[in-house]
Amino acid sequence: MGIGRYTDYLQSPRHYINVISTPFYWLGDTPARIGLWFDDTFVSRQTLMEDNQRLQQQVLLQEARLQKMSALANEANRLRGLMGSSRLLEDKVVVAELLGISPDPKVHKVILNKGTQDGVYVGQAVLDAYGLVGQIVATTPYTSDVLFITDDSHAIPVQIIRNNVRTVVEGIGDLYQLRLRYVPSSMNIVEGDLLVSSGLGGRFPAGYPVATIKMIDRDPGKSFVTVYATPTAQLNRSRYVLLVFPAGDESEGVNESVPELSNNQVSGE
Amino acid sequence: MRWLIALSIIFAVLLSVIPVPFDWRIWRPEFVALFVVYWATYSPEHFGVFSAWLCGILLDVVSLATLGEHALGLMIVAYIANLAYQRIRSYALWQQSAWALILIGVYQLFTNWASGLVGKSIETIDFLGAAALTALFWPLLVVVLRKIKIRFRLP
Repeated sequence: MGIGRYTDYLQSPRHYINVISTPFYWLGDTPARIGLWFDDTFVSRQTLMEDNQRLQQQVLLQEARLQKMSALANEANRLRGLMGSSRLLEDKVVVAELLGISPDPKVHKVILNKGTQDGVYVGQAVLDAYGLVGQIVATTPYTSDVLFITDDSHAIPVQIIRNNVRTVVEGIGDLYQLRLRYVPSSMNIVEGDLLVSSGLGGRFPAGYPVATIKMIDRDPGKSFVTVYATPTAQLNRSRYVLLVFPAGDESEGVNESVPELSNNQVSGE
Repeated sequence: MRWLIALSIIFAVLLSVIPVPFDWRIWRPEFVALFVVYWATYSPEHFGVFSAWLCGILLDVVSLATLGEHALGLMIVAYIANLAYQRIRSYALWQQSAWALILIGVYQLFTNWASGLVGKSIETIDFLGAAALTALFWPLLVVVLRKIKIRFRLP
């Protein structure tokens, strides 16, 4: 056990040994899959038509917003070019499906149905439609494990989108809460601020929403403020998540990427 | 006999990874420990400490835990159950349930201690609630497996 925890000798064997777990999670997921299949198959024409109409309107709205975004992105890149800094590149994403949930009640980890065969690698960032979900911590050829940002061993560098102040937000083992520790009491932070990933450390791509500030616990007797935030991602609801392949990364080898969903989402709120 | 043991353990591992909402996971009964206690009590000639270790390693691999985390607790529980099987088998079902409750509590204490070594322990004793739930499954397990054994003419 100590070998597994404190050294990484078991890392590569476990990449292969963990394949044993794949059929278990696949079987465990079967009821949910059958339920989804029923939902998909036995739908009334009425519902389908309503859905279709709603989705078409949604696409129209998104397209309009996207046009504005692409103009803004162009402008930002031109300005960056004027300042001599590198261009902002759009990240590629790949859709993956949830296969299982870690059975250990203290661990916030889920299993995805994409593995190294699909180009997934350890350290990759995972998103859902609303924000950052976590990062890949282990892979097998066919599955990968995502550590949520709410796990109490996880921390992520962020910045406040309003004034670009950088800080670190960490998980506390609660699915609905994150914590910012050691925030100086003079720091400009208010409830409702949106935190986005800052890209420091190079693990997470910059600019994805992470959390909104919920509560600021100002104790005049202490030199630091403890701040609590709510993750923007719907961690306990999303069945589909997005794996991010940072722009300029050669390792991606999948075609179903959706380049439209990129950094720019953030400022649309 | 061996195929029944193997099948039941695989079934138990499957039950212990079926996805449930995040906050309910603490109430998930310890099916693998339950089956290990059962086999170590009812077939000690087929199921000893080594078999329990194998089950534990399988559970560790499947549940993405550190290798040995569950294996340790299962070995200890199987050892105790192997020592006491003659006495326990003569008890009534509800008394056996109480015994299962104690053994699974011991298993959870060791597992929780082991996961505490890697910084993931549960500080309160909430996790013992799962042991109580598991013990409720004991009479059902004994009755069903007795039926299966009679059906397939196993000892």
